[in-house]
Order: sequence, then C-alpha cells, then structure tokens
Amino acid sequence: MTLVDIVVLLIGVSLIAAFIRFYKGPTMSDRAMALDFMSVVVVSLMVVLSFIFDRQIYLDVAMVYALIGFIGTVIIGRYLEGGL
Amino acid sequence: MLSTILTYTGYVLLVIGCFFLVVSSLGILRMPDLYNRLQAGTKASTLGAMCTIMGVGFLHPEWWVKCFLLTLFILMTNPLSSSVLARASLRSGVKPYKLVVDECEEYYRKEKEEN
Repeated sequence: MTLVDIVVLLIGVSLIAAFIRFYKGPTMSDRAMALDFMSVVVVSLMVVLSFIFDRQIYLDVAMVYALIGFIGTVIIGRYLEGGL
Repeated sequence: MLSTILTYTGYVLLVIGCFFLVVSSLGILRMPDLYNRLQAGTKASTLGAMCTIMGVGFLHPEWWVKCFLLTLFILMTNPLSSSVLARASLRSGVKPYKLVVDECEEYYRKEKEEN
C-alpha cells in the first residue's frame, strides 16, 4: 500500500461523510452544499486517479466536471432564492 | 536532484490536501448549523482540493499547466458558489444557530412586498 493509495482512501472517506450529510440534511440548502462539496472532492479524486493510471485525458474530464458542478450549484441557489 | 525535490514536494502537498479534505468533511458532518457547515465545507475544501491538484502537478511536471488551470478555476468558483448558497438560504428563511438579532428579516420582507 503506497502513499497515493492512502490518499485515495482518505478522499473516499470524506466523500462518504459528505454523502451522509446529503442523505440526512434537514433543509434543501444542506443537500445543495453537500452536493457542491462532493463535486469538488470528486474533481480532486479524478486528478489523483489520472496520476495513478497515467492518463492525461482524466484531467480534461475533471475540468469539465468542475465547470458543470459550479453551474449546477449556482442554478440550485437561484432556484432556492426564487429568482428562476 | 531537481526531480527528487519536485517529487517530495508533490507528496507533501498530496498529504496536506487530503488531510484538509477529511477535516472539511468532518466539519460538514459535525457542525450545528447550515452556515457553519457552509463555511467548514467551503474554505477547507478549497484549500484541500488546491493542494491535492498542485501536488499531482508537482509529481507529473508535464501536466503542470492543466493542473494550474484547474487550481485557478477552483480558487475562483468555489467561494462564489458558497456565497450564492448562503444568500439563497438566508432569503429562503433558514435561521442561523443561536440567533439574537435578525436585521435582515424586515428588509427581505419589505423587498418581497414591493415586488
């Protein structure tokens, strides 16, 4: 078990914790916040996986996923505010 | 010599980044309030993701430009999305924990009546 495997394991632990908050969040803003956090964590997980598997294309996937996660969070925020 | 320094810097940045990600997820689980959770889940996760991505950029120097662009993008967009969520949840009526004086409520009510 190398150090990079431990890093992937810790990122998975933080993803599971965010998913627990996503499951039992009292309000809808909690769930949107947990979704935003999960998208950031998945982006960093994708970058680490691109280092492990030595594929550069995963970085492009991570960039597109960061863009889509940000736009989704902003649209959810506008919807909660009532301006959409 | 230089590649050894780059490799050690990359591993140290990876460990710091995943530590901050775990701390931020603990904050998301344990904080008592939406706004506390928002702060814990955004500040620490921005630092953690930036450190992790720059660590990979140091470990693999050919990918440095893409990793730097991704870091810059996360640095610009993550506080913005947190600010949008906080504003939306304050306007949609989520009360902060142990609130004493709410000065925003009257203002928002007046604004709603005008529209």
